[in-house]
Amino acid sequence: MDKMPAWADAVLVPLFSIILAAILSALVILAIGESPVDAFKLMVDGALMRSAGWGYTLYYATNFIFTGLAVSVAFHASLFNIGGEGQAMLGGLGTALVCLFIPWPHWSLAILGSAMAAAAFGALWALIPAYLQAKRGSHIVITTIMFNYIAASLLNYVLVNVLRPTGSMEPSTAVFPEATHLPTFRDMFSTADTILFRGAPANVSFFLALIACVVVWLLLWRSKLGYEIRAFGFSESAARYAGIRPVRITIIAMMISGALAGMMAVNATQGEAERLILNGTEGAGFIGIAVALMGRNHPIGVLLAAILFGFLYQGGAELALWTNIPRELITVIQALVILFTGALDNMVRMPLERLFLSLRKKEA
Amino acid sequence: MEQSTAPAIELKGISKAFGPVQANKNISIRVMPGTIHGIIGENGAGKSTLMSILYGFYKADAGEVFIHGKKTEIPDSQAAISAGIGMVFQHFKLVQNFTVLENVILGAEDGPMLNTSLSKARGVLKKLAQEYELNVDPEELIENLSVGHQQRVEILKALYRQADILILDEPTGVLTPAEADHLFRILDNLRAEGKTIILITHKLREIMEITDTVSVMRRGEMTATVKTAETSPEQLAELMVGRKVLLHVAKEAANPGDKVLEVENLRVVDEDKVERLKGVSLNVRAGEILGIAGVAGNGQSELLEVLGGMIPATGTVRVNGQEIDLTGKNSDGQSRRARGIAHVPEDRQHEGLIMEFAAWENVAFGYHHEAKYQSGILMNNAAIKADTAAKMERFDVRPPNPKLKARNFSGGNQQKIVVAREIERNPDILLVGQPTRGVDIGAIEFIHKQIVALRDAGKAVLLVSVELDEIFSLSDRIVVMFDGQIMGERDPATTNEKELGLLMAGITDTSNAQMEAKQNG
Repeated sequence: MDKMPAWADAVLVPLFSIILAAILSALVILAIGESPVDAFKLMVDGALMRSAGWGYTLYYATNFIFTGLAVSVAFHASLFNIGGEGQAMLGGLGTALVCLFIPWPHWSLAILGSAMAAAAFGALWALIPAYLQAKRGSHIVITTIMFNYIAASLLNYVLVNVLRPTGSMEPSTAVFPEATHLPTFRDMFSTADTILFRGAPANVSFFLALIACVVVWLLLWRSKLGYEIRAFGFSESAARYAGIRPVRITIIAMMISGALAGMMAVNATQGEAERLILNGTEGAGFIGIAVALMGRNHPIGVLLAAILFGFLYQGGAELALWTNIPRELITVIQALVILFTGALDNMVRMPLERLFLSLRKKEA
Repeated sequence: MEQSTAPAIELKGISKAFGPVQANKNISIRVMPGTIHGIIGENGAGKSTLMSILYGFYKADAGEVFIHGKKTEIPDSQAAISAGIGMVFQHFKLVQNFTVLENVILGAEDGPMLNTSLSKARGVLKKLAQEYELNVDPEELIENLSVGHQQRVEILKALYRQADILILDEPTGVLTPAEADHLFRILDNLRAEGKTIILITHKLREIMEITDTVSVMRRGEMTATVKTAETSPEQLAELMVGRKVLLHVAKEAANPGDKVLEVENLRVVDEDKVERLKGVSLNVRAGEILGIAGVAGNGQSELLEVLGGMIPATGTVRVNGQEIDLTGKNSDGQSRRARGIAHVPEDRQHEGLIMEFAAWENVAFGYHHEAKYQSGILMNNAAIKADTAAKMERFDVRPPNPKLKARNFSGGNQQKIVVAREIERNPDILLVGQPTRGVDIGAIEFIHKQIVALRDAGKAVLLVSVELDEIFSLSDRIVVMFDGQIMGERDPATTNEKELGLLMAGITDTSNAQMEAKQNG
């Protein structure tokens, strides 16, 4: 065997990528004229040391879990879904319609209804590029990017001209009815004496995201459909040999991917904003790509990477609040992580692999 | 002079390791000038590594190279060329939209202007063509040349660079028998002119036919070097594998029953609107092996793909008397398997297996819908793994580890996984494409036995192979395909390679045959 063990590949390579990204980011912070050590302390303090910080970190993480899983599922079918952002926007529209126009008796029913609507809208938004790819050969990367813009324009139109309450100056829907409001972590975990997660937006849909991780794992590695998706992703010619229909798998995998991206709206739209606003997705659809890359397209990896990016997001907000470091620095770190885990993967892997091999030689 | 008696090539103690794999172990070899020296061995025996060291692609860990008695360092292929070594690769390295002449001078141009080089090359090529029967039209584009002619261009390239040692890596793999014969005549002429030739092959027949001496490699070691005249194919096979091998599978006469597979007027038009199958009709009976001979690319692949449910077609195909769907919803591989058709595809790496899947996942491949592999809405992975372990034992797959990725098995063991999966379904019809391509001799014997056993169990087998030896060894009837059509049917007991070779070249009557002979000559 001329390879390093699987655990090293799955753990050490991403870890080193983050460390490299962190070192470069530290240099950027130095260049701005701030102390990287203080900045790091501030990030950890703001995102992880208090329950409210965790409440934000996990809120962001919930979004990233959904979009990360979305990218992963498509990726296993060898499809690069860059349309998570647009699919999440449409998911928000689905959630908004269900929450506004169906009189839900209780949040537990509302979350089911809104999850289904968000998934359906996201899936249908992914269906069009999927169909074009499967039947017409239009490249999915191009079409899903274009569909992000179409989704943004569509949402703009709907919010300005259709769903905006009369008299409101803001392009957003009315606030959803009280019965659809989801319990936040504060509602769930605070006791009479101690209030936890004060003011933080993390809510019950975090657990929906955890369930999604399990379901995606079962789907990909324990179900027939997942088997077909992975087989198709590795080799289309072999899939055709086995009687796996490329058109069918392309469309189904993209619809599952779109559904997962859409379900982000349960957290962001129903859980946090409690109304549909413009740009409620905040780029989470794109971060899903980084999360999936870093998480090696595996639900456990996606979960961990999503929490890491949640931390970066919340920590970045703290930085912007207390220092001169702009919030965009987080985008730089994110870009560096993508660069190292995606584009420069071998730069990290090859030296590590060599190290492992030489260690093993010594043992032998 | 001492030069004339020194070996053209002498390797002393060459060793090369890739990580923990010892590809070449302390190899020494002497090749005298003006001889053809064969190097034979199974896949992975280290033949290609050794030649890559000689041609400067790899650096040996230890050992020395002597060319005409002079110790020579070969750090790159440029050094090999200036030492007079030319290499003809298995996969040609030609620019398709350049002319023959342009390809020959590519990398060996004199001066900045092309004209001088071209006219010089034109003269040299003319001379070489006369000397060695190496005729090719210098102004023709490569893409318009047949495979055999392309190979001649590769040889010309080497000779133009004044190579006097030629290495040919599996040169006949893509040639018709007639083209192979012509190649051997060329090699004969080159030998007569004093050139030294190293011929790498896994075909015993070629070794016996043309070489003066032969070296056998096994697992990175040179196990023997013998004079060809003093050895036999059986002895060489034994040296290659390390045990006695049956070169021709022993089989009883066929006992054909009803027509199980009937194909009528099958037509396939590909994406570029080229007709690949032009009205093919044939049938296969229960208990017989129908062999389809032909040069690769004459429609055999498409025939298998249609029957295996991979591409649509027009025409009629009946299985056990019932027509099957060729274009609609029931024309995929899944429906074919349901009708009792199993398929060992030509390309196991891109069709038969998912290389990144574990062996157990591959054993369910194509049959992952079967009830025995399900438990509720999920797949019963434990059942598949148990099934895989059992199959691996019955088919002697090594290593018998169901969790190993397909990529990490040798070619022969990969093919055994595919064959085990398909044959153990006990299909009515088995489609087999190139069952032993890239498979070592020991595994070939095993796979051939399995195919014959299936026939003896009363099943129909449709065999496609570009190896005529394999067609002769297995088939009960032989049909020859050329240019998407069936050229004729022959009885393996009464036909011979020459007759099939003409059919494979599309020649059905003798007047055409003479014309072709003239062209080739």
